Amino acid sequence: MKRMKGVTVPHLKSTADSVPTRMTDLDIAVYPMVQHIGAPCKPVCRPGDAVYVGTLLGQASDGLSSPIYSGVSGTVDKIEDILLSGGGYAPAVYIVPDGKMTPDPAITPPVVTDLQSFIKAVEHSGVVGLGGAGFPTGVKLGVKDASRIQEIIINGAECEPYITSDTRTMLDRDQDMLEGIHLLQKYLQAKKIIIAIEKNKPKCVRAMRDITEGNEAAFVKVLPSVYPQGAEKVLIYHTTGKVVPEGGLPIDVGVIVLNCTTLAAIAQYIRTGMPLVEKCITVDGSAVMHPQNVIVPIGATLEAVFNFCGGFKAQPGKVLYGGPMMGVSVPELSMPVLKQTNALLALDGRDAAPVDATNCIRCGRCTNVCPVGLAPVSIAAAYGSGSMETLQKIHANLCMECGCCSYVCPAKRPLVQQNKLAKAALAAWLKSNR
Amino acid sequence: MNQKLQITVSPHIRSSVTTGSIMLDVIIALCPALAASVWLFGARALYITAICVLSCVLSELAFELITRRTPTVGDLSAIVTGMLLAFNLPVTIPEWQAVIGSVVAIVVVKQLFGGIGCNFANPAITARIVLLLSFSGTMTNWTKPTGFSGGELISSATPLAAEPGASPSLYDLFLGTHGGCLGETCALALLIGGVYLLIRKVITWQTPAAFIGTVFLISFFVGGCSFEAALYQILSGGLMLGAFFMATDYATSPPTASGKIVFGIGCGLITAAIRLWGTYPEGVSFAILFMNILTPYITKLCARKVFGAVPAGKIRKA
Repeated sequence: MKRMKGVTVPHLKSTADSVPTRMTDLDIAVYPMVQHIGAPCKPVCRPGDAVYVGTLLGQASDGLSSPIYSGVSGTVDKIEDILLSGGGYAPAVYIVPDGKMTPDPAITPPVVTDLQSFIKAVEHSGVVGLGGAGFPTGVKLGVKDASRIQEIIINGAECEPYITSDTRTMLDRDQDMLEGIHLLQKYLQAKKIIIAIEKNKPKCVRAMRDITEGNEAAFVKVLPSVYPQGAEKVLIYHTTGKVVPEGGLPIDVGVIVLNCTTLAAIAQYIRTGMPLVEKCITVDGSAVMHPQNVIVPIGATLEAVFNFCGGFKAQPGKVLYGGPMMGVSVPELSMPVLKQTNALLALDGRDAAPVDATNCIRCGRCTNVCPVGLAPVSIAAAYGSGSMETLQKIHANLCMECGCCSYVCPAKRPLVQQNKLAKAALAAWLKSNR
Repeated sequence: MNQKLQITVSPHIRSSVTTGSIMLDVIIALCPALAASVWLFGARALYITAICVLSCVLSELAFELITRRTPTVGDLSAIVTGMLLAFNLPVTIPEWQAVIGSVVAIVVVKQLFGGIGCNFANPAITARIVLLLSFSGTMTNWTKPTGFSGGELISSATPLAAEPGASPSLYDLFLGTHGGCLGETCALALLIGGVYLLIRKVITWQTPAAFIGTVFLISFFVGGCSFEAALYQILSGGLMLGAFFMATDYATSPPTASGKIVFGIGCGLITAAIRLWGTYPEGVSFAILFMNILTPYITKLCARKVFGAVPAGKIRKA
């Protein structure tokens, strides 16, 4: 089988052995009502309300949405619009914690008896794609005909540099993952469960082989450490050989991909009834004093998390949600940890220094590393000349924004940025032509 | 804490390879051949190379200053062009002709089309052809390499035009101890440079393999299934220099692996045809220039297959 292309990135996973410590002391907790792909949640609390760990703050709206729960106990201070990292605004619930972290007394494990109640429970758990995508897991698992599912891939590739939070899930929460695998086998009748791990994590491979031992339908697949190994379409192709067609979803080829932390979170909810209220995140980067893994209540501000890690040893030039290849740079440290946050990186001035683009030398590196086989140079040219027909013909819409092209470009051209603009322009053009 | 944080689109790390680092690698890869040329043809080889490099760099700088563009001399590409042009000239060439060649390469072929990456033909190759057509006498005044023995420079025919019986041995061809342009004769030095470029991933194997392979195969069969005839062809003339350093030029060759193979085979076919049946003794420059012109079409025909792509109009709505 011909492997999809990609790039070799520095791993920088120095926090892999850092057993996460739990952070509980917060001054403020902030819950934007958008922590998933899709429409914002509707706030269901009012200023002055007392809340506990696990109390519902935002009700899922219709479609691609997922409920949001409080990660602290305390009092609702205000509900106010907040700037999101994507540039938009959404209402956010601000909570002043009482420091006691009292669990909501109303919490009981959900009653799960069949597929229907299992999906319902996953929807209520507030779990979304925790690898960073934020796709509501209940929606993903709620396929109309569960018999279409042939393989479920548990994504433990963790191909982004720096990030080790999934590594910690596989090492520290292996029992949660085992329970999760049993749930998938029981309710989704999953015929095959494949745990896919990049080969730079031998400890995780061992841990996962241990929990799948004796389980005939579940096994570990070790993949080369090539970025973007963990991207959905890449992972599906490299573990099953199946190609997700343009415009299709993994389920169209009988596959569902779940991040390993997502799976552990589902299992934990089914067992305890405590929804998704905390996240293990990797705090790293050249500006961080003590890089480490931390279990953080969702809603904690970035400033509080960095302070918990000893503050900054250098003035941060750039702060990221997620890894350096696909992470989103944030404008303010007052922004909170979200459900899908798996890492916070603070890069010092040197690492964050902007790069100047020079002439394209037509070396073809971008074209040759693109996992999808696109030609970023052609996309940029077609977008520049406004030729939407060309963009459509060269499948600009299939760009997954993994960043390989920009990464390898010797002229340091902003190729991903141009791809994003081209994709948006193409989508708008297709919509108006429909 | 109220400092300004930068907002940029991902990715937030970049590889350490830059245009300048690539050009530096090419310069390093050309050094064995430069050393060999000094050994073979004497200090004048270095002198001619210096003249070409200097006039390339200065004409690039002058053009960019006059047209008020950002100077790009720092990317070292003009140095590469200068070295490659010099390697394609006989050591006896008058200085002023070398300067004209450099100006043609940089100003006409490179800068007038928009600078680095925008030229459709290889600057050094085109300049060499311009000089060859303009100054046929001095451009074909092949010198027998006696520089290393301290002797006089003696004119001789290039091995490709040599009378049967007077041609150098395969060993001479491999070491470069025969007549020819100053940087093209030592196949060994060029191979060392080529291997360096392959290891550094500046070039890929497809173009040189397809180019040299095609010339080898054609010479092998035309020469009556003779390995010696085939080896003779691939070791002589400008083939090694052309295949590793000129045909692999980024801007003027296709980007994909399949495109590079087509490009290399095309170069090989034309080179062999000119050598075996054409009027000119050597065809590498013409072959590369001709394939440069075909490059946009090859690029289009040899595009990579898009993963999971469905023809427009047949896309199922998810």
